[in-house]
Amino acid sequence: MTPRTTETAGQTVPPEEIKAVPVRHPGRWVAAALVLVLVAMFVNTLLTNPRYDWDVIGSYFFSRRILEGLAITILLTVVAMAIGIVLGVILAVMRLSANPLLSGSSWVYIWFFRGTPVLVQLLFWFNLAFLYPQISLGVPFGPSFLHADANSLITPFAAAILGLGLNEGAYMSEIVRAGILSVEHGQAEAAQALGMSRGLTMRRIVLPQAMRVIIPPTGNETISMLKTSSLASVITVTELLYAAQLIYSVNFKTIPLLITASIWYLIVTSVLTAGQYYIERHYARGAARELPPTPWQRIRRTLFTFHPPPPAIPSQQPPGGGR
Amino acid sequence: MSAAARTPPIPGAGPMVLAEGLRKSFGRLEVLSGIDLQVARGEVVCIIGPSGSGKSTLLRCINHLEKINAGRLWVDGELVGYRQQGDKLYELREREICAKRAEIGMVFQQFNLFPHMTALENVTEAPIRVKGMPKTQAADLATQLLDRAGLKDKASAYPKQLSGGQQQRVAIARALAMQPKLMLFDEPTSALDPELVGEVLGVMRDLATSGMTMIVVTHEMGFAREVGDALVFMDGGVVVEAGRPRDVLSNPQHERTRSFLSKVL
Repeated sequence: MTPRTTETAGQTVPPEEIKAVPVRHPGRWVAAALVLVLVAMFVNTLLTNPRYDWDVIGSYFFSRRILEGLAITILLTVVAMAIGIVLGVILAVMRLSANPLLSGSSWVYIWFFRGTPVLVQLLFWFNLAFLYPQISLGVPFGPSFLHADANSLITPFAAAILGLGLNEGAYMSEIVRAGILSVEHGQAEAAQALGMSRGLTMRRIVLPQAMRVIIPPTGNETISMLKTSSLASVITVTELLYAAQLIYSVNFKTIPLLITASIWYLIVTSVLTAGQYYIERHYARGAARELPPTPWQRIRRTLFTFHPPPPAIPSQQPPGGGR
Repeated sequence: MSAAARTPPIPGAGPMVLAEGLRKSFGRLEVLSGIDLQVARGEVVCIIGPSGSGKSTLLRCINHLEKINAGRLWVDGELVGYRQQGDKLYELREREICAKRAEIGMVFQQFNLFPHMTALENVTEAPIRVKGMPKTQAADLATQLLDRAGLKDKASAYPKQLSGGQQQRVAIARALAMQPKLMLFDEPTSALDPELVGEVLGVMRDLATSGMTMIVVTHEMGFAREVGDALVFMDGGVVVEAGRPRDVLSNPQHERTRSFLSKVL
């Protein structure tokens, strides 16, 4: 056995730090230069091409109609995702049920809603009044109490919520199911051995652990939903894209308004990404020995922590002071 | 079925666990082929045997985690999984089964601690959610149990931050928090580093001294000899031999027991 430190007359001398010439990477420099040139060209055209109409983008960026469109887009995303997540959990638990009727109907639902384009589903809900002009609430095959005209009940916004939410439920159920299956069977068994019911086990033990697997793809779905909600423009919901379209159909500033909408989509996506990071971190409790620092903590640590410089010469240290 | 003719044991008296002609199969594979077993109150019974002999399945049957196919099984004088009225057996509802499981503690080979909860939360979860115990009272009880397991300063640690031995001691505290009348141990030290086995066996020894009824599936012959009141050797889904640990270990009557012990001792 070789000791890590050399003993010299009772004094510990730490081993000399390695000083070597690092490997050079000329390829990296060439690639970096190439990328820099391309970026410079892109920035140049953004600034010098007058057809971008940056002043138009600036004047419409905070305009009332664009901001209202943005609000509708966010509302559509939040409500459709909420429906999708609740429906997804229900469908996933049904799919894993021992009852063949429940798991079968969940399978058929997923098969149908994943198998048809979401645009077709939106148009279908929008035109529901053709199939059912009257919608009524009552006893099945019996008398009904509440009647409503389908055209006034299924507004374009309601049709968009239904179309996007029901479609999302099918995708979310597969994500939730994968999460539930990722939790070791011993966990449910230990909970049951303590006398916990199946519902309680699912809620307190399995789902919180499944969240670690469920959150990243759900963040993905939310971002995807934000953009998919622009499909609602075809059924005359004045969300962000349709609001921009309404403006450029009058003033013909097509590209500047599309850029305006795109910047807003990018901003909201960035906010969602940051939110996802913190939710993931919350559910990582217990999965790692120590939670990774948040970006803010990392910045503070690098700014305010004093790093002592490594000693230039391996100096002699008092006995027992070194390792 | 001869078991039906006999008088069932009385709750609160008689043996804690009584099995008669117990059978369990998974599909075509019969894992338990007629088990007769009796565990008295306060008794520590160790079960040994080769893997696949049905030891774990027997424990899981006692805790309602598996349904038995034939025979009768009583815990504390009550049928496991069924209610008998006259000659008819009625399956228990989920709520009734949960209530029975809550009275039986179980410790697993792989610990199965809840990784998203601290050691304290692992112990308080079931008393709060199943028994409806107030949170402060559950925390007091958990602190006391963790202290007894020598883990007072680990209450706020997550399972990943604990050694295997510490995790298993938390798991024992978690089971004890439900104040069970019977504790089942399914190879509690088999997944541990040899160095850590002792600390877990120590906690189990204390528990046995306190008068807890325990059924321990184990390969620790030393523990079985010192702490066990009875030793059961199982093979091929039947009890081959049972008796006082000293007698079974030093003077086995069956050839199968002799050949098993010659390999493990």
